[in-house]
Amino acid sequence: MNRWQFFKRLAPLLALMVLVLSACGRADLSALNPQGPVAQEQFGLMKLAFSIMVGVVVIVFALCLFVIIRFRRRRGDKSIPKQVEGSHKLEIIWTVIPIILLIILGVPTVQTVFNLSKDHSNDPDAVKVIVTSHQYWWEFEYPELGIKTAQELVIPKGKTITIEAKTADVLHSFWVPSLAGKIDTNPGGSTNKMFFSAPKEGVYLGKCAELCGPSHGLMDFKVKSVDDASFDRWAAALQAPVAMPSDPVVAAAFESKCLVCHAVGDKGGPLYPNLTGIGSRDSVGGILINTDDPKYSNEGSTYDNLHRWIENPDDIKPGNLMGQIDLTQQELDGIAKYLSELTLDYEQ
Amino acid sequence: MAQGHAVKRYSGLMDWLTTVDHKKIGILYLIAGGFFFLVGGLEALLIRIQLWKPLNDFVSADTYNELITMHGTTMIFLAAMPMLFALMNAVVPLQIGARDVAFPFVNALGFWTFFFGAVLLNVSWFTSTGAPAAGWTAYAPLSGPAFSTGHGMDYYVLGLQIAGIGTLIGGINFLVTIINMRAPGMTFMRMPLFTWTSFITSALILFAFPALAVGLAALMFDRVFDANFFDPNNGGNAVLWEHIFWIFGHPEVYILILPAFGVISEVISTFSRKRLFGYSSMVFATILIGFLGFMVWAHHMFTTGLGPVANALFSIATMLIAVPTGIKIFNWIFTMWGGSIKFTSANLYAVGFIPTFVMGGVTGVMLAAAPADFQYHDTYFVVAHFHYVIVGGLILGIFSGLHYWWPKMFGRILNETLGKWTFWIFYIGFHLTFFIQHFLGLLGMPRRIWTYLDGLGFNEMNLISTIGAIMMGIGTIMFILNVVITNAKPQNAADDPWEDGRTLEWTIPSPPPEYNFKQTPLVRGYDAYWKEKMDGHKGMTPAEPIGSIHMPSPSILPFTMSLGLFITGFGLMYSRDWTFITEHIGFYVAGLGLLITFGSMFLRSVYDDHGFHIEPEELEDKGVKA
Ligand code: HEC
Ligand SMILES: [Cu+2]
Repeated sequence: MNRWQFFKRLAPLLALMVLVLSACGRADLSALNPQGPVAQEQFGLMKLAFSIMVGVVVIVFALCLFVIIRFRRRRGDKSIPKQVEGSHKLEIIWTVIPIILLIILGVPTVQTVFNLSKDHSNDPDAVKVIVTSHQYWWEFEYPELGIKTAQELVIPKGKTITIEAKTADVLHSFWVPSLAGKIDTNPGGSTNKMFFSAPKEGVYLGKCAELCGPSHGLMDFKVKSVDDASFDRWAAALQAPVAMPSDPVVAAAFESKCLVCHAVGDKGGPLYPNLTGIGSRDSVGGILINTDDPKYSNEGSTYDNLHRWIENPDDIKPGNLMGQIDLTQQELDGIAKYLSELTLDYEQ
Repeated sequence: MAQGHAVKRYSGLMDWLTTVDHKKIGILYLIAGGFFFLVGGLEALLIRIQLWKPLNDFVSADTYNELITMHGTTMIFLAAMPMLFALMNAVVPLQIGARDVAFPFVNALGFWTFFFGAVLLNVSWFTSTGAPAAGWTAYAPLSGPAFSTGHGMDYYVLGLQIAGIGTLIGGINFLVTIINMRAPGMTFMRMPLFTWTSFITSALILFAFPALAVGLAALMFDRVFDANFFDPNNGGNAVLWEHIFWIFGHPEVYILILPAFGVISEVISTFSRKRLFGYSSMVFATILIGFLGFMVWAHHMFTTGLGPVANALFSIATMLIAVPTGIKIFNWIFTMWGGSIKFTSANLYAVGFIPTFVMGGVTGVMLAAAPADFQYHDTYFVVAHFHYVIVGGLILGIFSGLHYWWPKMFGRILNETLGKWTFWIFYIGFHLTFFIQHFLGLLGMPRRIWTYLDGLGFNEMNLISTIGAIMMGIGTIMFILNVVITNAKPQNAADDPWEDGRTLEWTIPSPPPEYNFKQTPLVRGYDAYWKEKMDGHKGMTPAEPIGSIHMPSPSILPFTMSLGLFITGFGLMYSRDWTFITEHIGFYVAGLGLLITFGSMFLRSVYDDHGFHIEPEELEDKGVKA
């Protein structure tokens, strides 16, 4: 096979790979489809490493293929091949070339390591967020704004977001593939810092990336990037007082059975997910996706999802710490309805 | 007769329980390791069945975590390690012209502690609180008493501790064997590459396993005696566990892969009828890999938050390993270059190993770039990477070695036709399972997840992966079938069944008599047997006259010592629960176990056993076959 033919055969394969690499995966989830500068920089490094490695793989495969075809033993061949001890020249070549390749990869790697570890926490324009992971939900606190929310990290688009990550129980890892790589949340009061930003408005999927118990795979969250004005409205709305359910039976149940753990507005406890504005979030529990056009079994209207969750949380996230709450049908329906209407009007 | 005293010779089961013959211990390792390979494989299949479609609930979330934990632990510690020890036991003494390992008794002890540790770990499946479920890495605090409340993690800690003692003992034994027991003329730089890699692996075991032992002991104290090494709420440090685990865990990767490198070197050289290309650089690369293997553990912890300096240093150190590994790959290819390559099933595995391992290697270099690893870490990209290295590297290497040395171990050649079919089915299944997982990871699928949501674009790739896994399962079953079929055939393999043998093991009968070499051979160069062949000699020149051969006696003590540890492990675990006669009955049980172990050691110390001799006249009728 002459060289040209070889490349002709390889071309479609390469093209396929480029295709796979360039348009890959959901824009809100894939590390190959970066939507922010941090993920972009990481993707750049991935591409560099990938191209070098494809080169290496192609050369080794080609050599291998050539050798096993050219030097296969013919039937009845009793000849003894020449016994070669080695070749200094060749051995130097395949020691030096990899070293050069590694330098090409190593230098930008070190640069990126330091770039991405910059501390932006003193940047006045940056928005500070303290991320606390819990078995199996995420708490987001904005210390400068004095607000706390759960499961949905709302950020102003384009601004640098600085993250201080810690955990309330076991190890978890905070990961939003399309915006930035992950950082572990370590126990014992040591916080890890990272930063990222999302220049485009939209909702990005986040995941827990460290085994943390049975529902580790279901520990999803969202990052929602909105314009500055909406962000300010959201932050303000989150602090506004919230009315309790109008039906007194429902209100009583809600206050006695839910507010012991959860908070809405200025009522309730701070230990578990803050439910203020839950009606306008994208999902319930991070994984029941709110939509009026449900396609999959984990999708439904906000009301249905809330209903499903409150009725039996353990069915949705095995081992989660809410546990089964005893409610009458009326209380259940009423609370679900109340929560689904607990919206924050901030997007325009 | 010069015999010191009458020898007890056992037969049947007792023979296997008391044997100190390295060849039989090799077979024991193979049977036990093979069994746990099947168990781990079954766990893998259940994992893949659970993941074949989104939001599946074939197994529960708890069971799933038990499956992944036990799959990883079983495959690494209870399948891969013993199967390597099987090959090392079966081959290394023969390759260096020795009659046995340096410490035959200790060799048996190593096997039995491994075995009882492995059994202890797997007993957890049958308990009410189930198997360990904190991942094979057992990261604290999830693995601690606060978050893993059942006994699963106790089984992990104690089972691995006991099995780890076995590995450590085995490693030391091979170090001493290779240093001290080489035949005259077998200098270090004439040793076959499999012996070399076994040597370096044993050295790595010597340095790495104590770290694991310390970590497990500390975790055991946390769990059984309320200590708090890893409990941050009481001044402990959870990240410490990560360091300890990976200071052991990263060298462990090289402990596993180096012997496979050795197998590939032997097989490719033999079936190319060519001397290994660049032998000395191969040896040097092996040593370098072993050394660097200790310098890179924190690349498993890039996202732990060690800071940019540590991340940068560990990135570069990790990338460096690619250089010696690359040297090996090219040396293999150039061993084949100009050779006369015969594709036996052993060689198919070896040749198939090269491109597969290269793929695992290049993704390794990609992972070494810390900032990019922030994206890859703990995703299916990593799962794909390490299965390329471990299955595509180590397991292909083991299969290659098993096909290659099977006639030497059992006197029968495995069926070649079936062997080749098995290779193709396993190989294609392997790539189908794992290639696609690189992309799953990059598209956002974390590892160790019980299920994934629908509509994320993961469905098709997971289905393909599951189909591949089933093919690998079929391949494994075909291999077992091959073993069964071959076992029914007459034991008629020639001394040098592949006809192109180059090393000492092919100069003696298949299987060898229990004393291996009637006369210790004189080694006159690298590829000792090949050299004699080329010089027109029929066999090796003996280095000694025929004489009486000293042999170690069989003993049941290694078995009882290990049994004692097993009982101790049990007792410690249930020290809190068992209160039926008095409080803390578990501690008494643990004490009883230790009594058995130390009692056996006492017996061993006070009772002098000088072994026995096989006399020249017995040798004439070919001695006793192993
Ligand atoms: C024992 C404390 C506790 C009680 C009582 C409790 N919850 Fe929860 N709740 C939790 C925890 C913990 C979570 C997070 C579960 C997870 O995702 O792992 C949660 C999650 C939720 C969520 C999803 C939050 C989100 O951000 O998506 C809703 C909705 C919710 N609870 C509603 C209720 C209602 C309604 C009640 C009363 C009937 C209630 N909870 C009672 C602890 C509690
Ligand atoms: Cu988590």
